[in-house]
Amino acid sequence: MEKYLKKQFAIFALPTLIAFSVAFGIPFIMGLYLSFCEFTTVSNATFVGLENYMKVFSEANFIQAFWFTVKVVIVSVITVNIFAFLLALLLTQKLKGTNLFRTVFFMPNLIGGIILGYIWQSIINGILVNFEVTMLMDSSYGFWGLIMVVNWQYIGYIMIIYIAGLQNVSSSVLEAADIDGATGAQKVFLIKVPLIMTSITIALFLTIANSFKMFDQNLALTNGGPGNSTSMLALDIYNTFYGTIGFEGVGQAKATIFFIVVAAIAVFQVFLTRRKEVEN
Amino acid sequence: MSKKFLKTILFLSATMATLVGCSGSEESASEDNGSIYYLNFKPEVAEVWNNIAEKYTEETGIPVKVITAASGEYESTLKSEMAKKDAPTLFHINGPMGYKSWKDYCIDLQNVDFYDALTDKSLAIVGEDGGVYGLPLAIEGYGIIYNEAILDKYFALSNAKIKSIEEVNNFNALKTLAEDMQANKDALGIEGAFASTSLLPGEDWRWQTHLLNIPIYAEFKDKGVDDLDVIDFSYSQNFKDIFDLYINNSTTKPTLLSSKGVMDSMAEFALGQAAMVQNGNWAWGQIADIGGNVIKEEDVKFLPIYIGLDNEEEYGLPIGNENYLAVNSQASELDQQATIDFVNWLLSSEIGKSEMVNTLGNISPYSTFADDEKPNDPLAKSMLEYMENGKTSITWVFPMFPSQNFKDAVGASLMEYAQGSKTWNDVEATVKDMWASQKALTK
Repeated sequence: MEKYLKKQFAIFALPTLIAFSVAFGIPFIMGLYLSFCEFTTVSNATFVGLENYMKVFSEANFIQAFWFTVKVVIVSVITVNIFAFLLALLLTQKLKGTNLFRTVFFMPNLIGGIILGYIWQSIINGILVNFEVTMLMDSSYGFWGLIMVVNWQYIGYIMIIYIAGLQNVSSSVLEAADIDGATGAQKVFLIKVPLIMTSITIALFLTIANSFKMFDQNLALTNGGPGNSTSMLALDIYNTFYGTIGFEGVGQAKATIFFIVVAAIAVFQVFLTRRKEVEN
Repeated sequence: MSKKFLKTILFLSATMATLVGCSGSEESASEDNGSIYYLNFKPEVAEVWNNIAEKYTEETGIPVKVITAASGEYESTLKSEMAKKDAPTLFHINGPMGYKSWKDYCIDLQNVDFYDALTDKSLAIVGEDGGVYGLPLAIEGYGIIYNEAILDKYFALSNAKIKSIEEVNNFNALKTLAEDMQANKDALGIEGAFASTSLLPGEDWRWQTHLLNIPIYAEFKDKGVDDLDVIDFSYSQNFKDIFDLYINNSTTKPTLLSSKGVMDSMAEFALGQAAMVQNGNWAWGQIADIGGNVIKEEDVKFLPIYIGLDNEEEYGLPIGNENYLAVNSQASELDQQATIDFVNWLLSSEIGKSEMVNTLGNISPYSTFADDEKPNDPLAKSMLEYMENGKTSITWVFPMFPSQNFKDAVGASLMEYAQGSKTWNDVEATVKDMWASQKALTK
């Protein structure tokens, strides 16, 4: 059997492998190379060595965007996961209409981030107009606006992952806990949480990676304003690439650093939560 | 064995088909006469350009492809399009700073017919080697657009402090006019003298680029230069005066301006809620297209932007050009020639000229256009009047502004100033510091 699979490997994996290398592998390697180049268009680059990387830190914007991103990631990962988990708990109870609610909560995730951003911008500004300010009054407005949009968008998606996990918790274990006289809270924290650790790994990974990479919501909601105080890393990279003449390579260098940081954090997180996973 | 082999072949060919499918739909542009690919800058005239392309192809059989970049996305679209095999042959560069970034992609246009026809050779972009790399398509002007009907209504008020538009030829008169109109807004049936000062990020170019042009122009003029690495921003106070006038006498409270876009203010003007709005002659289309607009064509006119310079009454509108046509040097020679022919056609044939003047509404700085071949819209007419009655036009110096980041930073600080979270000293510092640091970065 295994031998047979090995023979067929090429047939089954090749299409994906080709697509992967065309759409991801080659651009990634090109990007890496371009971060050491000065260029206007990607097909016409001259090698300049580490110059771009030295310029990255000469700009205060990058560091500021980095810390702002870290703040957004911490707050949004915590809030999204807590709300999603609570909703999942609620919607795995025997209630009427749970399927309808699951669909409704999932729906925001189907709308593109850029549209979401603009819609929420109008909503938030529509409320703030009563106080004669707009969302660009202060960076904290933009920060909480962003948290709100991210929550609204991702909770449904993460909730589905938790629901799938919770449905896999075997009912015999829960019945045994009932017989032993476990309280509701004990059942959640001592039985359900450890048993859905695989879901938690995925959910955390997705929320961390998505919050780090967030671009369209940021662009649509505040476009980094006021000033650059609410620019996240992806937006800052974009602005570096297109905003200053001759800084394409610096933007690319920032993107490379960004990739390394996000990859390191995500791998570390998966490693940590993996250790807590148990067999169901 | 043979069956498996067959399967493999089938699978591979299916994969290849999908991949080829992605890169397919390429036009067979390998005709003998070359082809033209124009990357258009203005979304509002995208349709017009498609029509022009069709007409040209009909006449000559040479394919013309027109792609229009989304508003504010020209540089990014150009960057990605240029990296393709089928790159634009005709594109725009954004003044001398744009030339700096695209100099490897521009051919020398010194020997083309339309350079000969350029009436004012100083309008072209000249490289360090003396070659001509960018040529204007049209000249444009901007100023304070006013609705004469509302102004006449104001002049007729018994308590009006200004009695005719002729009196408004300096900043103090403009200030009196705007403030008095604002005070009488109920009697005039308007919501404010000026339309909203749109300060939404990305919608603030009328202030961080066009308005800022005037104090910087004055500084360059005093110093007798056309570019500086470090500026003193000596006309900061004048810039503050005019900006204050705009934000304090408008339809919208200053703290709410950061939610307004350009279209909001154009709509307010078109609907008669505001008497004045700062914009350029390209805005006529926007004003006319707004549904329910109450403005009459003959009432739309320009007033120069007065900021309190010396001998201000001598000045007309800021007139210039920002987007220069360039021909791609990396394209095949055949395509380059086809592109040059296309521009020649546009600027000298009857059909081409008629499209330029009547459909695009462009005022062309080329001698191929006769005196009566001028656009007929009210703003172009008003602009030509200022140019022809002996007023000194203010030069567009903003193509020398160091970068988009500089403009965005200035726009953001103006926004924070309007909201009261920054002082004017901060704005002044931003203008000076960002200018110096961005100029240094792009050296």
